[in-house]
Amino acid sequence: MSYEADIREPLIIGKKSLHDISEDIARPIETNPNKWWWALFGTSVLAMLWGFGCIFYTIGTGVGVWGLNNTIGWAWDITNFVWWVGIGHAGTLISAVLLLFRQKWRLSINRSAEAMTIFAVVQAGLFPLIHMGRIWVGYWVFPLPNQYGPLWVNFNSPLLWDVFAISTYFSVSLVFWYMGLIPDFALIRDRAIKPVMKKVYTILSFGWSGTAKHWQRHEVMSLVLAGLCTPLVLSVHTIVSMDFATSVIPGWHTTIFPPYFVAGAIFSGFAMVQTLLLVMRKVVNMESYITLQHIEMMNIIIMVTGSIVGIAYITELFMAWYSGVEYEQYAFLNRATGPYWWSYWAMMTCNVISPQLMWIKSLRRNIVFTFILSIFVNIGMWFERFVIIVTSLHRDYLPSSWSMFSPTFVDIGIYIGTIGFFMVLFLLYSRTFPVIAQAELKTILKSSSDTYKKEKK
Amino acid sequence: MSQEKIIYALYDDDHNILEAVKKIRNAGHQIHDVYSPFPIHGLDHALGLKYSRLAICSFLYGLMGFICALLLMWYIMIYDWPMDIGGKPSFSLNENLPSFIPVTFEMTVFFAAHLMVITFLVRCGLYPGSDSKSPDPRTTDDKFLMEIHTKDDDKKLKKIKDLIKKTGAIEINEKNN
Repeated sequence: MSYEADIREPLIIGKKSLHDISEDIARPIETNPNKWWWALFGTSVLAMLWGFGCIFYTIGTGVGVWGLNNTIGWAWDITNFVWWVGIGHAGTLISAVLLLFRQKWRLSINRSAEAMTIFAVVQAGLFPLIHMGRIWVGYWVFPLPNQYGPLWVNFNSPLLWDVFAISTYFSVSLVFWYMGLIPDFALIRDRAIKPVMKKVYTILSFGWSGTAKHWQRHEVMSLVLAGLCTPLVLSVHTIVSMDFATSVIPGWHTTIFPPYFVAGAIFSGFAMVQTLLLVMRKVVNMESYITLQHIEMMNIIIMVTGSIVGIAYITELFMAWYSGVEYEQYAFLNRATGPYWWSYWAMMTCNVISPQLMWIKSLRRNIVFTFILSIFVNIGMWFERFVIIVTSLHRDYLPSSWSMFSPTFVDIGIYIGTIGFFMVLFLLYSRTFPVIAQAELKTILKSSSDTYKKEKK
Repeated sequence: MSQEKIIYALYDDDHNILEAVKKIRNAGHQIHDVYSPFPIHGLDHALGLKYSRLAICSFLYGLMGFICALLLMWYIMIYDWPMDIGGKPSFSLNENLPSFIPVTFEMTVFFAAHLMVITFLVRCGLYPGSDSKSPDPRTTDDKFLMEIHTKDDDKKLKKIKDLIKKTGAIEINEKNN
């Protein structure tokens, strides 16, 4: 039995028994959603359909319907791609890294964070696909034997590394998530009364019965998967950053990119977890499990990673000056004072200044403030990618090629569409999947719950 | 030889069942299985289960992925169609190795993770649509079940049941196998 010091705050509050946990977690699945859920779901579906329409228009007509030009060949599409991949970092970080560090507070948030990860990576994956222009030859990114020479893929290219990194990350996260879900689906299966529900959850639970040997194997597997996912999650954004860092564009060609991108990804991922969970805990009544303590812990991570990102921005500026390279110096001066100054300062305010407020404990534990801050961070991190991508490109080497980017309705539509698609997936998830890893959570009931801590005293 | 009987002992506390498993095994009885809603720390040891070799499998699968990745890239980039990309020709695996590291890593993880999960599912006999093998649906909620198979006569059976009762079981059922 694991021991926890009395002075630690309980991770499960209220008088909860094992059965109460089952009840609380099964309730959103067994009851019908209210009208707010339907309203949000309906709005998200509309946004998603609008986005799909824009995607079909792009594929049917060509990438020319976007606001791109010869100078700015990458803009919102890659900005959105990196933004979504970044968001998709918190889930695996929570479930893998925090598992290795034996952080028990991960237990009530890991399921939803991982769900968010998977849904975010789905959105991210869309962008490179549609940016290909000819999506029907999308399979060319894989090293398949062919009759064109043979024309193989180029393993020296970071863009190809990205294909491998994103597909490995997506599939491994999905499997990690699903293996954790099996015991929880089994709970829903065993409680189900309606025959259709019983059938569905029987299929989903893979016939899990919780024998001692199965649990033993399950624990070994979870630990090894966590060990594998930890370097994996760091590798993904490292490789994404190499898409930029290995090119010779001033503002991209920097060695600080990998750690800076990874920190930024964790930063934005946790912010998105906060945005979603602060709403979800209220809507599906999980306040006993996702407590202020959990929120504070996540805020501390946001603060730390936000500070790392801040240092990285300043280091970039310093290196631009110290390198003595005129192009590099101009690129950074232009970021802060050029035509896109507003996006640079939006980024600086949201990502560097705002997380520093988290040093104040009362703000860290304030739900409304946390929610607003998480939105700020989401916006800031979007601007970070926009700044890196568009402002580095828009001043080409030749002043005659200088240009500006303005998004068309298609750019905006696809972006809004992915947010809608993401919300659709998450809303469906929150009503059909156990939103908290209840089997794992039950293991800490005796050591970290309110009930047992009081009993001990 | 009398007919084999199955005894189901239901507990409502993970600590109780862990102690019960130890006591019953010390008394010389074999425990067929234990069903629990969550992993109980130390239960595998108390039941005398062997260590799981999944981690070793995973390592071997990872090694496989590592070798596959290097072979694939060597074949494509060095052997089959070497190309001069950006003034950096592909002469040998050795020289190209730095740019092969990311994909090699990803494929190592890919193989290690997926093949381990498949091994886990196969070894546990889990697949979509399979029915639960648990005799009592409450074991996924808050109850813990111990299953004992025995061929003992009624007198000995009573002794086992008394022992189970003493360990704090809340329900004891038996059925013929």
